[in-house]
Amino acid sequence: MINFDNVTKVYPNQNRPALESVNISVSKGEFVFLVGPSGSGKSTFLRLVLKEERPTDGRIHVAGRDLARLTNWKVPYLRRRIGCVFQDFRLLPNKNVYQNVAFALEVIGKHRRLIRKVVPEVIDLVGLEGKHDRMPDELSGGEQQRVAMARAFVNRPMILLADEPTGNIDPATSIGIMKVLDRINRTGTTVVMATHDAAIVDSMRKRVIELEYGKVVRDQSRGVYGQAY
Amino acid sequence: MRSQFVLSEIWIGLRRNLTMTLALIVVVAISLSLLGTGLLFVKQVDRTRTYWQGKVELSIYLCIKTSPEPQCEQNGPATDAERTALHNQLASMPQVQAVYYVSQQQAYTEFRQYFSNEPALVQDTQEGDIPDSFEVKLKNPEADYNIVASAVTGASGVETVVDEMTILDKFYRLLDGARNAVVIIALILIVAAVLLVANTIRLSAFNRRRETAIMRLVGASNFYIQLPFLLEGTIAGLIGWAIAAGLLVAVKSLMLDSLEQYFSFNVGLSVGDLIEVIIFSMVVGVVLCGATSFLTLRRYLRV
Repeated sequence: MINFDNVTKVYPNQNRPALESVNISVSKGEFVFLVGPSGSGKSTFLRLVLKEERPTDGRIHVAGRDLARLTNWKVPYLRRRIGCVFQDFRLLPNKNVYQNVAFALEVIGKHRRLIRKVVPEVIDLVGLEGKHDRMPDELSGGEQQRVAMARAFVNRPMILLADEPTGNIDPATSIGIMKVLDRINRTGTTVVMATHDAAIVDSMRKRVIELEYGKVVRDQSRGVYGQAY
Repeated sequence: MRSQFVLSEIWIGLRRNLTMTLALIVVVAISLSLLGTGLLFVKQVDRTRTYWQGKVELSIYLCIKTSPEPQCEQNGPATDAERTALHNQLASMPQVQAVYYVSQQQAYTEFRQYFSNEPALVQDTQEGDIPDSFEVKLKNPEADYNIVASAVTGASGVETVVDEMTILDKFYRLLDGARNAVVIIALILIVAAVLLVANTIRLSAFNRRRETAIMRLVGASNFYIQLPFLLEGTIAGLIGWAIAAGLLVAVKSLMLDSLEQYFSFNVGLSVGDLIEVIIFSMVVGVVLCGATSFLTLRRYLRV
């Protein structure tokens, strides 16, 4: 599903590569934690998958496509197959829960009838039933993140990228978030989650890829957060 | 394509940017109406010029009893024999294409038309005070003028020979000057309009940065992301154009048509001319706003 073949990324005006000769392969339906300290290259990895950045060297395949050969105007169609969740939720403050989720479908031109059918289903899936009309500032952090997950998942992506989704949320609420991610993973969606949260990684017992200074220092199935130390 | 969604996004964009949008509309309206006025002037001048050029290049005024020129005082008013001789002479010259005789009666009628707003002058003038004339159309005005003019100057019964083109040229120069001034101001304003469009779109892109970021993220096509901005600029341009169209109709019916009553001939602009100018200014306005929006977006909405 995601294949990094000897990928190096050097940002302009920087000497140290953000990623250096990274080989990672994630299969369909896998749940992968991406761990490592700040600046280790987790976000760069996610940006490369979305083709927001291009690798300096190496090849990347996502959903069976060679990103180097993907023309610019086809990039949006790649992104429709990838959902994204961030630490800061990135909800539209002037739209309510339903509108925020529906927005993701409206802007890719989906039919209104389909939107009316699918959006409530996904809002139920993330556990926000009955809160369609709430505005983001009326929701708790955990609830806002659920809205963001609903938005990321509403188009049934093949891949869900989560960049520290629990970073702004207390541990008790984080468990709920992880349950939703797990539920999404069980529908067959590949989930890649970058995180600092050791407790979560330890409790889930999923594959862990650890990055340090842009290199993969550990890649183990059913791993924990701090085993290498 | 969900038109309702796109339209509501445009409406939100225009409303959020209300002051900029209003400024944009006003500048587009003024620049397009000035441009249109310039074009109407061009058409008016062309129309007038072709009228005169199709008519006459040379007027030969004949002596009447009140003519002050010495040769007229010496010989008295032109006789019918002199008129016939002169007419025959002009008609036989190879450079002359056509000769029209304007009788004293006709000349007096035209005079009264010209000066209809000065009744005192009209009252003081009687038929016979205005000289009759031969209006000559030349085959090649530039080259032939001197030949024909010198042939008839000083002939008996001739008061003066007037080159209509030199008189009209002054009038044309005045109109040309006015037209150039209007067009230059219009061009400067168009530059201002372009900068305003760019700025409005930039502000709009900034206001909607959250929305566009999410649109990119969920895979909205570039077209879909950019369309609301393009239409925002274009719609503002169209509203400006609609106002300009109204102003142009006013310019035509108030200014040019009232100017026309000083001519005794029908050289007025038709409704067709007006529509042509209005359509042209619409194309200019829409292309300008659309293209500027597009170019600005390429800078501020990298995908």
